[in-house]
Amino acid sequence: MNVKYMFSFMAVILLFLLAYAGVEAAGLQVVFGIIIPYTALAVFIMGFICRIMCWASSPVPFRIPTTCGQQKSLPWIKQSKLDCPDTNGGVVLRMILEVVFFRSLFRNLKLRVKEGGKFYYGLEIFLWVGALAFHYAFFTVALRHLRFFTEPVPFFIKILEQLDGFFQFGLPIVYLSGIVLLAAALYLCLRRMLSPQVNYISLAADYFPLFLIIGIALTGILMRYFAKTDVVAVKELTMGLATFHPTIPQGIGGLFYVHLFFVSVLLMYFPFSKLMHMGGVFLSPTRNMPCNTRAERHVNPWNYPVEVHSYEEYEDHFRELMIEAGLPVEKKE
Amino acid sequence: MSDLPKSDELFAGLDHKPQKKDWMDTPVNIRKGMYCYSANPASMETLGAPFARKWNPLEEDWKLPENWQEIIHNGFRERLDRFRTFKVFMDICVRCGACADKCHFFIGTGDPKNMPVLRAELLRSVYRNDFTTFGKLLGRVAGARPMTLDVLKEWWYYMFQCSECRRCSVFCPYGIDTAEITIMGRELLNLLGLNIDWIATPVSNCYKTGNHLGIQPHAFKDMLDFFVEDIEDITGVNTEPQYNKKGADILFITPSGDVFADPGTYTCMGYLILFKYLKDKYGLDVTWSTYASEGGNFGFFTSHETMKRLNAKMYAEAKRLGVKWILGGECGHMWRVISQYMNTLNGPADFLEEPVSPITGTKFENAKSTKMVHISEFTADLIRHGKLELDPARNDNLKVTFHDSCNPARGMGMFDEPRYVIQNTCNHFYEMPANTIRENTFCCGSGSGLNAGEDMELRMCGGLPRANAVKHVRDKFGVNMLACVCAIDRAAFPDLMNYWVPGVDVTGVTELVGNALILPGEKERDTDLRGEALPGMEEDDAE
Ligand code: SF4
Ligand code: SF4
Repeated sequence: MNVKYMFSFMAVILLFLLAYAGVEAAGLQVVFGIIIPYTALAVFIMGFICRIMCWASSPVPFRIPTTCGQQKSLPWIKQSKLDCPDTNGGVVLRMILEVVFFRSLFRNLKLRVKEGGKFYYGLEIFLWVGALAFHYAFFTVALRHLRFFTEPVPFFIKILEQLDGFFQFGLPIVYLSGIVLLAAALYLCLRRMLSPQVNYISLAADYFPLFLIIGIALTGILMRYFAKTDVVAVKELTMGLATFHPTIPQGIGGLFYVHLFFVSVLLMYFPFSKLMHMGGVFLSPTRNMPCNTRAERHVNPWNYPVEVHSYEEYEDHFRELMIEAGLPVEKKE
Repeated sequence: MSDLPKSDELFAGLDHKPQKKDWMDTPVNIRKGMYCYSANPASMETLGAPFARKWNPLEEDWKLPENWQEIIHNGFRERLDRFRTFKVFMDICVRCGACADKCHFFIGTGDPKNMPVLRAELLRSVYRNDFTTFGKLLGRVAGARPMTLDVLKEWWYYMFQCSECRRCSVFCPYGIDTAEITIMGRELLNLLGLNIDWIATPVSNCYKTGNHLGIQPHAFKDMLDFFVEDIEDITGVNTEPQYNKKGADILFITPSGDVFADPGTYTCMGYLILFKYLKDKYGLDVTWSTYASEGGNFGFFTSHETMKRLNAKMYAEAKRLGVKWILGGECGHMWRVISQYMNTLNGPADFLEEPVSPITGTKFENAKSTKMVHISEFTADLIRHGKLELDPARNDNLKVTFHDSCNPARGMGMFDEPRYVIQNTCNHFYEMPANTIRENTFCCGSGSGLNAGEDMELRMCGGLPRANAVKHVRDKFGVNMLACVCAIDRAAFPDLMNYWVPGVDVTGVTELVGNALILPGEKERDTDLRGEALPGMEEDDAE
């Protein structure tokens, strides 16, 4: 048993019980349905902004992009414009590839030791596929949930829902994104537990958000397909939140409050955790700077003068030897 | 190094599966053969480094100042405030493990703390403890741990098992550059005087005499004179260079390793031949400098400040001599510094001109601000314009492969220029497997000041992935020559090749040029620059 994931697992179970019992036994609907969601949102927004500001407050003293392709040099040598961009436009493209398609993750090469003492580095795309599936499913699910916070529901959400429910298995329509989210989160979780190297580097803080997200997906799926949930009442609550006229309608089960609580916890946890990679990826100086380091001077705001060993000191030290060896000197004496 | 295990034993003992025990509970084991000796206090005093003292990494007591934890803490904070890289990289790693098996030191040692992510976690764990809310509240559960003597020793051991090659940063989805973290880690260690001697002594030498090896001006000239004689024996042409010449067009700076030890010396002979050729044919006016007689910069492996103090000589000397621009020789980390730091540290170089090749008229637009051009860029341009008369057949005994040195690869993006030069000076060129070259290139295992003698096992481990790829082309194509554009490579590879891939020699790219270039008025050569018979000349030898 690994304490790290047990700890995170127990934490999520505890959160579940807290919300469920809080609503079903203690009748704390107002707390879990109104106060915590609002607090969570405030913490998330403030925390996110603070974090970005905190990063941005540290300067970038040197321009140190990682050059992952041919530099721009002689006119007849083909520059690798995406992996070694020398213009801001190129950097934007590089960042888009990074943020939207996880380009660097796509490069992943897995080491295999072959017989006969040979190393082999094979393309390893599962992590890339898993990560893409996870992030895009999450994104789609989040967008889809806007239907609970808008009235009338904007057309693009309706289109999204139609696409998402394209593979119709029966009633109610099965949304692919929810299933993919759960599957991808499970994959990432299992990978963390079972791959010896990844397991070794993992912290409790790596399992916690995964368990939490699995919890969110599970409660969501349960409500939609299995436990009967009064969608009209739920929408009344969410619209209340969105319009700042919060109400607690009757007839919403504990499961919904658990779901909402999990999401709230995720939001509150976000700014203080590694989940901030969402913002950080944009600020990574090895990717977001143009590779024109010799063509444009980069200024370091805290560059300070240093003591150097000047030529004069050098010549004073070696003058005789230099003269003897026939080397030119500034002062001949 | 008699304690070095045999290469097949070392390979057979490799295991990439980490042990069960948590890494935080696995104390560091500083092992002979895997670490470098501590810095000589006298060398540290040259630059006024703090806490210069004699200490031994194997001993329990490292003779630290009493408030060492406070020094580390404050130093950490200061660097977080100064470097966005450091702050962001401390925060956003998701421990996805994509970088884990990308590090040559992990591949070659199987030590899980050589996975880039874990190397960074060594610092990150302390960062969480000292600077984050969760870390302060939850401690170990949040991946935090306090700074103890054991942690410090672990830092030291693993910060000097990273060659700052940046391979990990290519694969990280957030571009987290563990080299940058190592750079910070080493700066922090230096605050406590915990440098290694293989870095501190070259730094001290460079500061005083102008180069890492401490070659004094007259000796520097003697050494080049010696090459001039050798070249004259081989070609019949006197290639005497100019030194410290005011008003020359171009200042040439190369790592002093090329002046000092084989096989770099042959690369140096290549430079002399090239400059002589260009002088006779086109009147090129190049000067060497004894003051700025070091291209490399081991200060970079110490701290940003030390890097700046050593690097200052390049512009200072260019200014004093009144040259138009600077040409740089073949060196790895030298080019990282020139490409990404020099102009920021010691520029603007507005007393220089935007570099233009006086022979072809090519403007080196990519170097227009830093005003320093790489010899491979310069030579490739000359060849492209048909300005060099070359006889590649003189390199026909060689089956050449090219090693992309980490820094020109991932800190500069120079891939095709040296290849173009090789392909025009040699008839037999073979690439190593695609996943081991260009931006995916593997370090020689000895970069960033780790090319000492006492850490030979570490170097052989770290160089294994590179050697393994060379072995592939040796077995497949009969490759017998490993070309590179780095002086540390040239110093490190001969041992590495002997250990893993016997039968493969090491050369600089400009050595190949020196062999192929037909000097005006030269006699018929019967040997190459190494004194080995040229193709077709072997029988004459036997007679
Ligand atoms: S690839 Fe990047 S995010 Fe993933 S473990 Fe390595 S450093 Fe962390
Ligand atoms: S920079 Fe190179 S040596 Fe250092 S951790 Fe990354 S891959 Fe390993």
